[in-house]
Amino acid sequence: MIHIKMPLTEETILRLKAGDMVELSGTVYSARDATHKKFFDALENHEAMPFDIEGQVIYYMGPTPSPPGKIIGAAGPTTSSRMDSYTPRLLELGLKGMIGKGKRSMEVRESIVKNKAVYFVAIGGAGALAAKRIRKSQLIAYPELGPEALYKLEMDRFPLIVANDSSGNDIFELARKELNR
Amino acid sequence: MRTVRLEKIIETVEKLAIESCYIAKKEMTEKIDNALKIETSDLGKHVLEKLLENAQIAEKEWIPYCQDTGVAIIFVELGEEVIFDSPGFIDALNEGVRRGYKKGYLRKSIVNDPLRRENTGDNTPAIVHIKLVKGDRLRIKFCARGSGSENMSKVKMLKPAEGWEGIKSFVLETVKEAGPNPCPPIIIGLGIGGNLEKVPLLAKNALYRGIGSEHRETFYTEKEKELLEEINNLGIGPQGMGGRVTALEVHIEEAPCHIGSLPVAVVIECHAHRYREVEL
Ligand code: SF4
Repeated sequence: MIHIKMPLTEETILRLKAGDMVELSGTVYSARDATHKKFFDALENHEAMPFDIEGQVIYYMGPTPSPPGKIIGAAGPTTSSRMDSYTPRLLELGLKGMIGKGKRSMEVRESIVKNKAVYFVAIGGAGALAAKRIRKSQLIAYPELGPEALYKLEMDRFPLIVANDSSGNDIFELARKELNR
Repeated sequence: MRTVRLEKIIETVEKLAIESCYIAKKEMTEKIDNALKIETSDLGKHVLEKLLENAQIAEKEWIPYCQDTGVAIIFVELGEEVIFDSPGFIDALNEGVRRGYKKGYLRKSIVNDPLRRENTGDNTPAIVHIKLVKGDRLRIKFCARGSGSENMSKVKMLKPAEGWEGIKSFVLETVKEAGPNPCPPIIIGLGIGGNLEKVPLLAKNALYRGIGSEHRETFYTEKEKELLEEINNLGIGPQGMGGRVTALEVHIEEAPCHIGSLPVAVVIECHAHRYREVEL
């Protein structure tokens, strides 16, 4: 198990390899389909993004509502491929990592290599486990989007697996090769 | 004739919705526990262990098992001799969903229109299927189904000549294409026959037939086993990162069909497999 802390340094990113089991601590931002659309509307209108994306990690997640006294509801990952069309542009703007579930497009994978970034998968469907590893959650923008609002999350040893590393390896492809061997 | 109060329907649906989203079915965690003994890949084992831990946390700390608490699907078996104390049976089912998703702090994931997409705010309307049966029985089955697995499911009209081999390759293709998206380990509901609108319903019925259950005919039991083995030979593994355990079960339901067609529906279900049923 590799422990990493936000913000991700280039050294850390280069060290991570597809298939590594990782625990991540520190700040990440939650955003899914509608949130990404808002980011792009802002960029289109030459407005500032609601947070400085440089060096950050985005978690594709829309939680269940948090009951009174709880930090967050269930908070597992959603399918990343729905964000594929948005991701390369965000990586160009300095985004360093994404967390989600499932495969990415070839274009995203190439952009990950080019921009020295990393794509992690969280355990799909493990929403309760994920909630336990989030220490703080703060609404940053777009409250009207409900579960798709932009949240700043404080993670504490959040369990992840490296799916696409900065040298172009892909865990899903590696799994297939392993089988054909 | 037997009279059932609609208030009872509302309470029942509310309770089933909450319970299914918070408490993993015991049969399901047992299946995953067994899968852990078979799985050989380290990442695969890691994932399965985390799923068991997730189920424990969900129940103990009262956090929904998965954040996508889905669309509510309600299957009703309604006896011909059942009457209600007032009109509005479907409204009562929806009211149960509304209350369950609110009180249970479940995610509201339904939009009012597929293109204009405004959230209805209470997870209604539910998708309701009513089957009229003899007697005064009333069975309600509540299922919560996320989009990750629903989006990977497929219907295809095969040629009768393609037969079982054609069905098998369609299922295998669908599972391969789905890869990690429907959160493996998965369960397959396979509908064969009927027609275009009937076949997905056969598949959904099969899916919620009960974990560990077998088809009533050996002819199909053998096909379920054969398909399960071939799916697991694909090596997709837990979360698609390689391994022996891709599917936990295959359930088939068939129906008579036209001489000229062979409709097939593959419903892929995730490990969350949330449903509960009661007889009122
Ligand atoms: S596929 Fe199932 S387990 Fe995975 S995120 Fe969707 S609802 Fe949850």
